[in-house]
Amino acid sequence: MTALAQQLLLGVLLGGLYGLAAAGLSLVFGVLRVLNVAHGELIMLGGYGAFWLFDLFGLDPFLSLLVVMPLAGALGGLLYAGLFAYVVRLGEEPRIRTSLLVGFGLALCLHALAVRLFTADERAITTTYAGRGIPLGAIVLPIGRLVSLAVAVLLILLLDAFLQRTRWGQAIRAAAEDWEAAALQGIDVRRAYTLAFAIGTALAGAAGVLVATGYSVSPAIGLEWTLKALIVVVLAGLGSALGTFAGGVVLGCAEALSAALFGGAYREVVGLLLFFCVLVARPQGFFGRP
Amino acid sequence: MLEVWQLDAAYGELRALAEVSVRVEPGEIVALVGSNGAGKTTLLRSIAGLTRPRAGRIRWRNEDLGHLPPHKVVERGVAMVPEGRRLFGHMTVEENLGLGAFTRRARGERSASLARVYEIFPRLAERRRQRAGALSGGEQQMVAIGRALMTRPALLMLDEPSLGLAPRVVEALLEVLATIHQTGVAVFLVEQNVRAALGLAHRGYLLAHGRVVGEGSGAGLLGDPEVRRAYLGPLALER
Repeated sequence: MTALAQQLLLGVLLGGLYGLAAAGLSLVFGVLRVLNVAHGELIMLGGYGAFWLFDLFGLDPFLSLLVVMPLAGALGGLLYAGLFAYVVRLGEEPRIRTSLLVGFGLALCLHALAVRLFTADERAITTTYAGRGIPLGAIVLPIGRLVSLAVAVLLILLLDAFLQRTRWGQAIRAAAEDWEAAALQGIDVRRAYTLAFAIGTALAGAAGVLVATGYSVSPAIGLEWTLKALIVVVLAGLGSALGTFAGGVVLGCAEALSAALFGGAYREVVGLLLFFCVLVARPQGFFGRP
Repeated sequence: MLEVWQLDAAYGELRALAEVSVRVEPGEIVALVGSNGAGKTTLLRSIAGLTRPRAGRIRWRNEDLGHLPPHKVVERGVAMVPEGRRLFGHMTVEENLGLGAFTRRARGERSASLARVYEIFPRLAERRRQRAGALSGGEQQMVAIGRALMTRPALLMLDEPSLGLAPRVVEALLEVLATIHQTGVAVFLVEQNVRAALGLAHRGYLLAHGRVVGEGSGAGLLGDPEVRRAYLGPLALER
């Protein structure tokens, strides 16, 4: 029973990262109707950002968020202007297909670049508090991952407040719903798209930092994180940052439970099974709009 | 004020507008009538910057609009109520109206504009917290017109505002357009409802197959035997 509780706790902690990883993908997909399958590679780059800032300058990974997120956002702006802006000009149908191709190409490039620059070694950030935990009855709360979860929650709340309450947040939502109608209100749709993509990339960077802190980073983690994020997006549906986060926690718990009950080998199976069931039973996701 | 000169537009091989010239002066209500597929929507979309014309010029207050993106056209005081209303259905009525005041120019007068819209459409004040998608067709058209007014236009273009509305609601809508016109906004009205549109307008244009085939005063066009035969026959009266 204790082991199960501990597993479940770790599942929630990891699920928070799934939620954060998916939030950026969901935003870009929901607004631009572009599926960026290089999202996991952007997470990987964020992880390396935190790793090198820690390794070279001794910068605490949570502080490095303040460096990595703006840099990732800027990179997102460049990627949008250089690649995805051309995809967005296509009609709805070819847009998704083309974005998959462009995304795969980008993912391969970033992966190869990371192997070349950083080697294929697995890296992790070992802070002084990395191994510490708070005992809570029979289970242990790992401090680093706990702070990571808090950071993820904070970022999601900020994203939600931005989208709901600010002028440009509303503009992004309007452009997501009907870009022509948005343009007729005087909204610069190209700018709204660029902003949405940059925010999505900044969130991927933040997720990467937290991944490198609590877990590990290598050039190969991209695909795995894209897949997790994609499962969460399908699980939660589009249109709600909080819903996406909840979807991530659900996936984390489901994985932990199945690993505890059926053994570690079944951890991945459950996510894909959920993915399949939701697609069949409720294609718009738990929190999404049909 | 608005002068469209020899405008050509096409979708691929399909020619939608051929040498169309129209103008709207300050203080005017101008109607553009014609059957489905005559090119009325294309003309409005071209002026609004949503469709790039192939040739010709669109002058607005001594400036060329032909190359401006839609959000810049709105900034310059030309608003469009698109066909089918195109509201942000997941947002509330007030959020929809607020988005109309997006540009810097409109934002400064946001609260005054909002008060004015609620004065013109008291119903919207009652429904301000409701999701726009949950409103009736007539109410949605009010939101669409209100949203366009929030942009502080000097020219309001409307694409088929009466489409799908009950005759009684259409009547109220036309009254509202007259009210808006009295506050100093020029109106460019695209309609299939020929009788209603020409009855309201000072001047009108008749568009067929992408060409202007008739023009004159609203009353004059209404009395034109050609117009009567083609658009106001027994079939047209049923609408």
